[in-house]
Amino acid sequence: MNNNLYKYILGIADNSLILGQRLGELCGHGPSLETDIACTNISLDLFGQVRSYYQYAAKVIGDGRTEDDIAMLRKEREYVNVLLVEQPNTDFAYTIGRQFLFDVYHYLLLNKLQNSHDLTLSAIAKKSIKEVSYHQRFSTDWVKRLGDGTEVSHQKMQEAIDGLWTYTDELFHQTEADKIMVSEGVGVDVTSLKEQYYAIVSKILEDATLKTPESKWFQKGGKQGIHTEHLGYLLSDLQYMQRAYPNMEW
Amino acid sequence: MVSTEQHINQLLFPILEQVSDPEIPVLSIMEMGVVRSAIIENDIVKVQITPTYSGCPAMDVIGDDIKKVLSENGYNSEVELILAPAWTTDWITPKGRKALEEYGIAAPLDAEADKSVLLDGKRLVKCTNCNSKNTRLISQFGSTACKAQFQCDDCQEPFDYFKCLK
Repeated sequence: MNNNLYKYILGIADNSLILGQRLGELCGHGPSLETDIACTNISLDLFGQVRSYYQYAAKVIGDGRTEDDIAMLRKEREYVNVLLVEQPNTDFAYTIGRQFLFDVYHYLLLNKLQNSHDLTLSAIAKKSIKEVSYHQRFSTDWVKRLGDGTEVSHQKMQEAIDGLWTYTDELFHQTEADKIMVSEGVGVDVTSLKEQYYAIVSKILEDATLKTPESKWFQKGGKQGIHTEHLGYLLSDLQYMQRAYPNMEW
Repeated sequence: MVSTEQHINQLLFPILEQVSDPEIPVLSIMEMGVVRSAIIENDIVKVQITPTYSGCPAMDVIGDDIKKVLSENGYNSEVELILAPAWTTDWITPKGRKALEEYGIAAPLDAEADKSVLLDGKRLVKCTNCNSKNTRLISQFGSTACKAQFQCDDCQEPFDYFKCLK
Protein backbone atom coordinates (compact mmCIF):
# COMPACT_ATOMS: atom_id res chain seq x y z
CA MET A 1 0.00 0.00 0.00
CA ASN A 2 1.36 3.38 -0.98
CA ASN A 3 -0.47 5.99 1.04
CA ASN A 4 1.19 8.95 -0.64
CA LEU A 5 0.31 7.70 -4.08
CA TYR A 6 -3.29 7.16 -2.94
CA LYS A 7 -3.46 10.72 -1.64
CA TYR A 8 -1.85 12.04 -4.78
CA ILE A 9 -4.42 10.32 -7.01
CA LEU A 10 -7.29 11.71 -4.95
CA GLY A 11 -5.77 15.18 -5.16
CA ILE A 12 -6.22 15.05 -8.91
CA ALA A 13 -9.38 12.97 -9.12
CA ASP A 14 -11.51 14.80 -6.55
CA ASN A 15 -11.34 17.98 -8.64
CA SER A 16 -12.86 16.16 -11.59
CA LEU A 17 -15.52 14.45 -9.49
CA ILE A 18 -16.74 17.64 -7.83
CA LEU A 19 -16.61 19.74 -10.99
CA GLY A 20 -18.35 16.92 -12.89
CA GLN A 21 -21.12 16.92 -10.27
CA ARG A 22 -21.49 20.71 -10.50
CA LEU A 23 -21.80 20.55 -14.27
CA GLY A 24 -24.21 17.64 -13.99
CA GLU A 25 -26.55 19.88 -11.99
CA LEU A 26 -27.12 21.79 -15.22
CA CYS A 27 -28.67 18.77 -16.93
CA GLY A 28 -32.01 20.09 -18.09
CA HIS A 29 -31.25 23.50 -16.59
CA GLY A 30 -28.67 24.95 -18.98
CA PRO A 31 -29.36 28.39 -20.42
CA SER A 32 -29.86 26.88 -23.88
CA LEU A 33 -30.01 23.36 -25.25
CA GLU A 34 -26.51 23.53 -26.74
CA THR A 35 -24.81 24.80 -23.61
CA ASP A 36 -26.81 22.36 -21.50
CA ILE A 37 -25.54 19.47 -23.63
CA ALA A 38 -22.01 20.84 -23.67
CA CYS A 39 -21.81 21.19 -19.89
CA THR A 40 -23.19 17.70 -19.31
CA ASN A 41 -20.85 16.23 -21.93
CA ILE A 42 -17.91 17.82 -20.14
CA SER A 43 -19.32 16.40 -16.93
CA LEU A 44 -19.43 12.94 -18.50
CA ASP A 45 -15.79 13.22 -19.63
CA LEU A 46 -14.77 14.22 -16.11
CA PHE A 47 -16.71 11.34 -14.52
CA GLY A 48 -15.09 8.95 -17.00
CA GLN A 49 -11.67 10.21 -16.03
CA VAL A 50 -12.55 10.00 -12.35
CA ARG A 51 -13.50 6.35 -12.68
CA SER A 52 -10.05 5.54 -14.05
CA TYR A 53 -8.39 7.43 -11.20
CA TYR A 54 -10.55 5.91 -8.45
CA GLN A 55 -10.21 2.39 -9.84
CA TYR A 56 -6.47 2.87 -9.64
CA ALA A 57 -6.71 4.45 -6.17
CA ALA A 58 -8.75 1.45 -4.97
CA LYS A 59 -6.05 -0.88 -6.26
CA VAL A 60 -3.30 1.17 -4.63
CA ILE A 61 -4.98 1.32 -1.21
CA GLY A 62 -5.86 -2.37 -1.49
CA ASP A 63 -8.13 -2.61 1.56
CA GLY A 64 -11.29 -3.74 -0.21
CA ARG A 65 -12.61 -0.26 -0.89
CA THR A 66 -14.04 0.12 -4.38
CA GLU A 67 -14.11 3.07 -6.75
CA ASP A 68 -17.72 3.69 -5.66
CA ASP A 69 -16.80 3.73 -1.97
CA ILE A 70 -14.13 6.31 -2.68
CA ALA A 71 -16.51 8.47 -4.69
CA MET A 72 -19.62 8.16 -2.53
CA LEU A 73 -18.74 7.28 1.03
CA ARG A 74 -16.14 9.74 2.23
CA LYS A 75 -16.92 12.58 4.61
CA GLU A 76 -16.64 16.21 3.56
CA ARG A 77 -13.26 16.69 5.26
CA GLU A 78 -11.88 13.71 3.35
CA TYR A 79 -12.39 15.30 -0.05
CA VAL A 80 -9.30 17.14 -1.19
CA ASN A 81 -10.59 19.03 -4.23
CA VAL A 82 -9.66 22.68 -4.64
CA LEU A 83 -12.21 25.27 -3.55
CA LEU A 84 -12.61 26.55 -7.11
CA VAL A 85 -14.44 23.49 -8.43
CA GLU A 86 -17.03 23.34 -5.64
CA GLN A 87 -18.26 26.88 -6.24
CA PRO A 88 -21.92 26.91 -7.25
CA ASN A 89 -23.49 27.59 -10.65
CA THR A 90 -24.36 31.14 -9.59
CA ASP A 91 -25.11 32.10 -13.19
CA PHE A 92 -23.81 31.08 -16.60
CA ALA A 93 -20.88 33.50 -16.39
CA TYR A 94 -19.78 31.86 -13.12
CA THR A 95 -20.18 28.40 -14.60
CA ILE A 96 -18.04 29.38 -17.58
CA GLY A 97 -15.53 31.33 -15.48
CA ARG A 98 -15.05 28.39 -13.12
CA GLN A 99 -14.67 26.04 -16.06
CA PHE A 100 -12.19 28.28 -17.82
CA LEU A 101 -10.03 28.87 -14.75
CA PHE A 102 -9.96 25.12 -14.15
CA ASP A 103 -9.52 23.97 -17.77
CA VAL A 104 -6.38 26.04 -18.33
CA TYR A 105 -4.86 24.48 -15.20
CA HIS A 106 -6.17 20.98 -16.01
CA TYR A 107 -4.60 21.01 -19.45
CA LEU A 108 -1.20 22.15 -18.14
CA LEU A 109 -1.34 19.51 -15.40
CA LEU A 110 -2.22 16.63 -17.73
CA ASN A 111 0.38 17.76 -20.22
CA LYS A 112 3.04 17.15 -17.56
CA LEU A 113 1.35 14.10 -16.03
CA GLN A 114 1.71 12.32 -19.37
CA ASN A 115 5.41 12.01 -18.54
CA SER A 116 4.80 10.49 -15.10
CA HIS A 117 6.91 7.43 -14.26
CA ASP A 118 3.69 5.86 -13.07
CA LEU A 119 2.36 4.15 -16.18
CA THR A 120 -1.30 4.15 -15.13
CA LEU A 121 -1.31 7.88 -14.35
CA SER A 122 0.52 8.57 -17.58
CA ALA A 123 -2.05 6.54 -19.55
CA ILE A 124 -5.00 8.31 -17.90
CA ALA A 125 -3.36 11.69 -18.62
CA LYS A 126 -2.77 10.82 -22.28
CA LYS A 127 -6.38 9.78 -22.64
CA SER A 128 -7.85 12.71 -20.72
CA ILE A 129 -5.85 15.52 -22.27
CA LYS A 130 -7.54 14.98 -25.63
CA GLU A 131 -10.91 15.55 -23.97
CA VAL A 132 -9.73 18.45 -21.87
CA SER A 133 -8.43 20.29 -24.92
CA TYR A 134 -12.06 20.38 -26.11
CA HIS A 135 -13.23 21.59 -22.70
CA GLN A 136 -10.71 24.40 -22.78
CA ARG A 137 -11.76 25.44 -26.27
CA PHE A 138 -15.39 25.56 -25.17
CA SER A 139 -14.84 27.61 -22.03
CA THR A 140 -12.33 29.95 -23.68
CA ASP A 141 -14.73 30.55 -26.53
CA TRP A 142 -17.51 31.49 -24.10
CA VAL A 143 -15.29 33.74 -21.97
CA LYS A 144 -14.52 35.69 -25.14
CA ARG A 145 -18.12 35.73 -26.31
CA LEU A 146 -19.48 36.96 -23.00
CA GLY A 147 -16.57 39.30 -22.26
CA ASP A 148 -16.62 40.85 -25.69
CA GLY A 149 -20.40 40.62 -25.97
CA THR A 150 -23.03 43.02 -24.70
CA GLU A 151 -22.60 45.47 -21.85
CA VAL A 152 -24.46 43.14 -19.51
CA SER A 153 -22.62 39.96 -20.53
CA HIS A 154 -19.31 41.80 -20.19
CA GLN A 155 -20.19 42.96 -16.71
CA LYS A 156 -21.35 39.52 -15.60
CA MET A 157 -18.27 37.80 -16.99
CA GLN A 158 -16.00 40.30 -15.25
CA GLU A 159 -17.86 39.81 -11.95
CA ALA A 160 -17.49 36.06 -12.26
CA ILE A 161 -13.74 36.26 -12.93
CA ASP A 162 -13.31 38.75 -10.06
CA GLY A 163 -15.34 36.53 -7.75
CA LEU A 164 -13.53 33.32 -8.61
CA TRP A 165 -10.02 34.76 -8.78
CA THR A 166 -9.39 34.24 -5.08
CA TYR A 167 -9.57 30.46 -5.63
CA THR A 168 -6.93 30.26 -8.37
CA ASP A 169 -3.74 30.36 -6.32
CA GLU A 170 -4.64 27.16 -4.48
CA LEU A 171 -4.28 25.20 -7.70
CA PHE A 172 -0.52 25.62 -7.34
CA HIS A 173 -0.14 24.63 -3.68
CA GLN A 174 1.66 21.40 -2.89
CA THR A 175 0.74 18.96 -0.13
CA GLU A 176 3.31 16.76 1.59
CA ALA A 177 2.15 13.79 -0.48
CA ASP A 178 2.50 15.87 -3.65
CA LYS A 179 6.10 16.73 -2.80
CA ILE A 180 7.01 13.09 -2.21
CA MET A 181 5.34 12.02 -5.45
CA VAL A 182 7.15 14.76 -7.37
CA SER A 183 10.48 13.61 -5.93
CA GLU A 184 9.72 10.06 -7.12
CA GLY A 185 8.97 11.22 -10.66
CA VAL A 186 5.31 10.26 -10.32
CA GLY A 187 3.71 13.61 -9.60
CA VAL A 188 3.71 16.95 -11.34
CA ASP A 189 5.31 19.93 -9.62
CA VAL A 190 2.31 22.26 -9.83
CA THR A 191 4.34 25.25 -8.65
CA SER A 192 6.13 25.12 -12.00
CA LEU A 193 2.83 25.62 -13.86
CA LYS A 194 1.83 28.82 -12.13
CA GLU A 195 3.58 31.39 -14.28
CA GLN A 196 2.42 29.86 -17.53
CA TYR A 197 -1.11 29.53 -16.16
CA TYR A 198 -1.48 33.21 -15.31
CA ALA A 199 0.11 34.21 -18.62
CA ILE A 200 -2.42 32.14 -20.62
CA VAL A 201 -5.37 33.28 -18.51
CA SER A 202 -4.39 36.97 -18.73
CA LYS A 203 -3.95 36.77 -22.50
CA ILE A 204 -7.41 35.26 -22.99
CA LEU A 205 -9.01 37.75 -20.60
CA GLU A 206 -7.38 40.53 -22.57
CA ASP A 207 -8.74 39.08 -25.84
CA ALA A 208 -12.14 38.99 -24.14
CA THR A 209 -11.80 42.71 -23.21
CA LEU A 210 -11.78 41.72 -19.54
CA LYS A 211 -9.47 42.89 -16.79
CA THR A 212 -7.17 40.47 -15.03
CA PRO A 213 -7.91 40.96 -11.32
CA GLU A 214 -5.09 42.52 -9.34
CA SER A 215 -6.11 41.09 -6.00
CA LYS A 216 -3.31 39.20 -4.30
CA TRP A 217 -5.37 37.74 -1.49
CA PHE A 218 -6.20 34.11 -2.07
CA GLN A 219 -8.36 31.48 -0.41
CA LYS A 220 -7.02 28.03 0.38
CA GLY A 221 -7.93 24.92 2.31
CA GLY A 222 -9.53 22.50 -0.12
CA LYS A 223 -6.41 20.39 -0.45
CA GLN A 224 -6.43 19.99 3.36
CA GLY A 225 -10.12 19.11 3.40
CA ILE A 226 -11.23 22.52 4.71
CA HIS A 227 -14.00 23.50 2.29
CA THR A 228 -16.40 26.32 1.61
CA GLU A 229 -19.97 25.75 2.78
CA HIS A 230 -21.00 24.80 -0.76
CA LEU A 231 -19.34 21.37 -0.74
CA GLY A 232 -21.60 19.98 1.99
CA TYR A 233 -24.72 20.67 -0.05
CA LEU A 234 -23.14 19.21 -3.15
CA LEU A 235 -22.16 16.03 -1.33
CA SER A 236 -25.57 15.57 0.21
CA ASP A 237 -26.92 15.47 -3.34
CA LEU A 238 -24.13 13.28 -4.66
CA GLN A 239 -24.23 10.79 -1.80
CA TYR A 240 -27.93 10.72 -1.06
CA MET A 241 -28.78 7.36 -2.62
CA GLN A 242 -25.83 5.52 -1.07
CA ARG A 243 -26.51 7.02 2.34
CA ALA A 244 -30.27 6.38 2.25
CA TYR A 245 -30.02 2.92 0.69
CA PRO A 246 -26.56 1.56 1.54
CA ASN A 247 -25.03 -0.67 -1.15
CA MET A 248 -27.84 -0.03 -3.61
CA GLU A 249 -27.04 -0.69 -7.26
CA TRP A 250 -28.69 0.41 -10.45
CA MET B 1 5.79 -1.29 -24.08
CA VAL B 2 2.55 -0.15 -25.61
CA SER B 3 1.87 -0.68 -29.25
CA THR B 4 -0.47 1.05 -31.64
CA GLU B 5 -0.74 -2.20 -33.61
CA GLN B 6 -3.82 -4.32 -33.33
CA HIS B 7 -3.33 -8.04 -32.63
CA ILE B 8 -6.44 -9.80 -33.79
CA ASN B 9 -6.67 -13.53 -34.27
CA GLN B 10 -8.23 -13.82 -37.73
CA LEU B 11 -10.53 -16.63 -36.56
CA LEU B 12 -12.15 -14.17 -34.17
CA PHE B 13 -12.47 -11.28 -36.58
CA PRO B 14 -15.81 -12.28 -38.19
CA ILE B 15 -17.29 -13.00 -34.75
CA LEU B 16 -16.23 -9.70 -33.21
CA GLU B 17 -17.38 -7.87 -36.29
CA GLN B 18 -20.97 -8.77 -35.30
CA VAL B 19 -20.76 -6.52 -32.25
CA SER B 20 -21.81 -2.97 -32.97
CA ASP B 21 -21.39 0.29 -31.13
CA PRO B 22 -24.71 0.73 -29.26
CA GLU B 23 -24.67 4.47 -29.94
CA ILE B 24 -23.95 4.03 -33.64
CA PRO B 25 -25.48 0.67 -34.57
CA VAL B 26 -24.26 0.73 -38.18
CA LEU B 27 -20.67 0.65 -37.03
CA SER B 28 -19.02 -2.54 -35.81
CA ILE B 29 -16.50 -2.30 -33.00
CA MET B 30 -13.85 -3.53 -35.44
CA GLU B 31 -14.49 -0.62 -37.81
CA MET B 32 -14.46 1.72 -34.84
CA GLY B 33 -11.00 0.53 -33.81
CA VAL B 34 -11.91 -0.04 -30.16
CA VAL B 35 -10.74 -3.69 -30.16
CA ARG B 36 -6.98 -3.55 -29.66
CA SER B 37 -6.28 -7.25 -29.34
CA ALA B 38 -8.09 -10.57 -29.47
CA ILE B 39 -6.11 -13.72 -28.87
CA ILE B 40 -6.86 -17.30 -27.87
CA GLU B 41 -4.85 -18.50 -24.87
CA ASN B 42 -5.52 -21.87 -23.22
CA ASP B 43 -8.98 -22.04 -24.81
CA ILE B 44 -9.92 -18.64 -23.44
CA VAL B 45 -10.39 -15.67 -25.73
CA LYS B 46 -8.74 -12.57 -24.32
CA VAL B 47 -10.01 -9.32 -25.75
CA GLN B 48 -8.67 -5.86 -25.00
CA ILE B 49 -10.87 -2.88 -25.75
CA THR B 50 -10.19 0.82 -25.36
CA PRO B 51 -12.77 3.57 -24.83
CA THR B 52 -13.31 6.29 -27.41
CA TYR B 53 -13.91 8.82 -24.60
CA SER B 54 -13.19 8.23 -20.89
CA GLY B 55 -16.82 8.55 -19.94
CA CYS B 56 -18.18 6.55 -22.86
CA PRO B 57 -21.19 4.71 -21.39
CA ALA B 58 -21.13 2.26 -24.30
CA MET B 59 -18.03 0.43 -23.06
CA ASP B 60 -19.83 -1.75 -20.50
CA VAL B 61 -22.42 -2.76 -23.09
CA ILE B 62 -19.71 -3.48 -25.66
CA GLY B 63 -17.86 -5.65 -23.15
CA ASP B 64 -21.02 -7.64 -22.39
CA ASP B 65 -21.87 -7.98 -26.09
CA ILE B 66 -18.40 -9.31 -26.86
CA LYS B 67 -18.71 -11.97 -24.16
CA LYS B 68 -22.17 -12.91 -25.39
CA VAL B 69 -21.25 -13.32 -29.05
CA LEU B 70 -18.10 -15.27 -28.18
CA SER B 71 -20.03 -17.59 -25.91
CA GLU B 72 -22.57 -18.21 -28.69
CA ASN B 73 -19.60 -19.31 -30.78
CA GLY B 74 -18.37 -21.65 -28.07
CA TYR B 75 -15.65 -19.51 -26.52
CA ASN B 76 -15.05 -18.52 -22.93
CA SER B 77 -13.73 -15.02 -22.84
CA GLU B 78 -12.19 -12.28 -20.75
CA VAL B 79 -12.57 -8.65 -21.71
CA GLU B 80 -10.10 -6.10 -20.44
CA LEU B 81 -10.43 -2.32 -20.73
CA ILE B 82 -7.12 -0.64 -21.52
CA LEU B 83 -6.32 3.07 -21.70
CA ALA B 84 -2.96 3.08 -23.46
CA PRO B 85 -2.42 3.80 -26.22
CA ALA B 86 -5.32 6.25 -26.19
CA TRP B 87 -7.92 5.82 -28.90
CA THR B 88 -7.79 8.14 -31.87
CA THR B 89 -10.26 8.79 -34.66
CA ASP B 90 -7.47 7.66 -37.04
CA TRP B 91 -8.35 4.11 -36.01
CA ILE B 92 -11.79 4.29 -37.60
CA THR B 93 -11.38 2.20 -40.76
CA PRO B 94 -12.27 3.54 -44.26
CA LYS B 95 -15.27 1.18 -44.22
CA GLY B 96 -16.24 2.62 -40.84
CA ARG B 97 -16.00 6.19 -42.10
CA LYS B 98 -18.27 5.31 -45.00
CA ALA B 99 -20.79 3.69 -42.65
CA LEU B 100 -20.76 6.79 -40.45
CA GLU B 101 -21.49 9.08 -43.40
CA GLU B 102 -24.32 6.87 -44.62
CA TYR B 103 -25.79 6.89 -41.14
CA GLY B 104 -25.83 10.71 -41.14
CA ILE B 105 -22.72 11.44 -39.12
CA ALA B 106 -19.95 13.37 -40.89
CA ALA B 107 -16.62 11.56 -40.47
CA PRO B 108 -13.76 13.36 -38.69
CA LEU B 109 -11.55 15.73 -40.67
CA ASP B 110 -7.80 15.92 -40.02
CA ALA B 111 -6.68 17.76 -36.87
CA GLU B 112 -5.96 21.12 -38.52
CA ALA B 113 -9.24 21.25 -40.44
CA ASP B 114 -11.09 20.10 -37.32
CA LYS B 115 -9.69 23.02 -35.36
CA SER B 116 -10.61 25.53 -38.05
CA VAL B 117 -14.23 24.36 -38.28
CA LEU B 118 -14.73 24.20 -34.52
CA LEU B 119 -12.89 27.38 -33.61
CA ASP B 120 -12.89 29.69 -36.59
CA GLY B 121 -16.22 28.80 -38.16
CA LYS B 122 -14.65 27.51 -41.40
CA ARG B 123 -17.05 25.70 -43.70
CA LEU B 124 -15.33 22.41 -44.44
CA VAL B 125 -17.60 19.70 -43.07
CA LYS B 126 -19.64 18.06 -45.79
CA CYS B 127 -23.38 17.80 -45.18
CA THR B 128 -24.35 14.14 -44.88
CA ASN B 129 -27.64 14.86 -46.61
CA CYS B 130 -26.69 16.94 -49.69
CA ASN B 131 -22.85 16.94 -49.68
CA SER B 132 -22.67 20.74 -49.58
CA LYS B 133 -19.84 22.25 -47.58
CA ASN B 134 -21.97 25.28 -46.81
CA THR B 135 -22.34 24.07 -43.22
CA ARG B 136 -21.92 25.72 -39.87
CA LEU B 137 -21.23 24.72 -36.30
CA ILE B 138 -24.24 24.89 -33.98
CA SER B 139 -22.62 23.41 -30.90
CA GLN B 140 -19.14 22.09 -30.09
CA PHE B 141 -20.79 19.28 -28.17
CA GLY B 142 -23.49 17.08 -29.72
CA SER B 143 -25.67 14.13 -28.80
CA THR B 144 -22.68 12.19 -27.43
CA ALA B 145 -19.26 13.27 -26.18
CA CYS B 146 -17.60 12.33 -29.48
CA LYS B 147 -19.75 14.53 -31.70
CA ALA B 148 -20.40 18.20 -32.51
CA GLN B 149 -23.67 19.55 -33.88
CA PHE B 150 -23.75 21.09 -37.38
CA GLN B 151 -26.36 22.45 -39.74
CA CYS B 152 -26.31 22.68 -43.54
CA ASP B 153 -27.19 26.14 -44.86
CA ASP B 154 -28.18 24.75 -48.26
CA CYS B 155 -30.60 21.93 -47.40
CA GLN B 156 -31.06 23.09 -43.75
CA GLU B 157 -30.49 19.55 -42.45
CA PRO B 158 -28.98 19.38 -38.95
CA PHE B 159 -26.40 16.63 -38.54
CA ASP B 160 -23.66 15.31 -36.26
CA TYR B 161 -19.97 15.66 -36.94
CA PHE B 162 -17.59 13.13 -35.40
CA LYS B 163 -14.88 15.25 -33.77
CA CYS B 164 -11.26 14.52 -34.54
CA LEU B 165 -9.49 13.00 -31.55
CA LYS B 166 -5.72 12.68 -31.88
